[in-house]
Amino acid sequence: MNINFDHVSFTRKQKTILHDISFQLEGPKIVGLLGRNGAGKTTLLSILTAFQKASSGTVTLNNENTFENEHAVEQMIFVRDQNFEYETEKVSDYLETYAKFRPNFDHDYAKRLLKQFRVSNDLEVAKLSKGMASAMQVVIGLASRAPVTIFDEAYLGMDAPARDLFYKEVLNDFMEHPRLIILSTHLISEMETLFEEVLIIKNGRLFTHEDKEVFQQRGYRITGEEQSVNEFSKDKTIVATQQLGPTKSVMIYGSFTDDDQRCLTDLNLERSFVSLQDLFIHLTEEENEDDE
Amino acid sequence: MRPTLDDTRPIYLQIREMIEDEIIEGRLLEETQAPSTNQLVAFYKINPATILKGINQLVDAGILYKKRGVGMFVAAGSKQQLLAKRKEHFLREYVEPMHKEAERLSISEDELHSLVFKRGGNPNEH
Repeated sequence: MNINFDHVSFTRKQKTILHDISFQLEGPKIVGLLGRNGAGKTTLLSILTAFQKASSGTVTLNNENTFENEHAVEQMIFVRDQNFEYETEKVSDYLETYAKFRPNFDHDYAKRLLKQFRVSNDLEVAKLSKGMASAMQVVIGLASRAPVTIFDEAYLGMDAPARDLFYKEVLNDFMEHPRLIILSTHLISEMETLFEEVLIIKNGRLFTHEDKEVFQQRGYRITGEEQSVNEFSKDKTIVATQQLGPTKSVMIYGSFTDDDQRCLTDLNLERSFVSLQDLFIHLTEEENEDDE
Repeated sequence: MRPTLDDTRPIYLQIREMIEDEIIEGRLLEETQAPSTNQLVAFYKINPATILKGINQLVDAGILYKKRGVGMFVAAGSKQQLLAKRKEHFLREYVEPMHKEAERLSISEDELHSLVFKRGGNPNEH
């Protein structure tokens, strides 16, 4: 599986939502698509899955354009928050209808998952609680076994045990049926261990696309006596600062070299690891101009 | 196995150290099978690529080796190798800082010796 975004932009009502985005995803792999609310995650995913057309640039799946291409679209499933207010079908019938368009749909797996999520087959879809409706969609997403499986904040409304089950099943099913899975989220601390790669969108622009561990190790925290910390960080990108009396702590984004290590020892400073969530929060907090 | 991972260090390092601990403490014997990637994925809910990164480092270090079609096994001599490595680590991370701190607190060598070997007892206790 190969997804290629080549200089993709998207404008609606004279407002640019995505700016010149280029990246390539190669599966099988689990990728985290991260961004604050309004950063453009859902727009990006709906262009990938051809629900919307890019204003400029091209999107391909295995070298085929995805827009108005049935063959490409069939290979992708896009699970997102949906309104089921008028869906009078029963859960079991809804799944059957859905499965008709999904050649790899595993009915037994879907039944087993519904049971685990405690979603009753006989209920009308419209009558499901928010959490149950999310769970049903997650079941469809997993059981479809589409070569490209996309969950756009699929956990909305699910309680903690249900989310935990969802994460476990994503990993289990990925191991048994390796494919390209994209999980969009801003609940990073809960999900960061699932990702192999991260794709971060900030104000409609691609901020970074890389291996999760590599990205995470680009961020680190330096703590010690204020002057020493200032000396160490003078040529570095500081993304957050904290101070307690004479002790200062800064979060730095950038590479850490052998010279830095020597400098650290000389200045008697301490270096610590930052979580993906902390790094994400500080790298995406400034100038949130996008109010979409 | 540790029940949970923490977020103070990269996860692949924690996976690696966790397997090393199992070997050092004798719960994982030489020439027996190490936990599989699948088992570790299910247990810790971590991406298989992250687990593999930790395991591959152990393979590169000669601690684990792969038996084709069966899985990962603990190499002969790995416990000795790990103990030597961990002793070095112990010296650097525990003994040296302890000496430094003792100096700062003007603790004499004799005093330090008796403190170290009287584990658990608090010298200031009434």
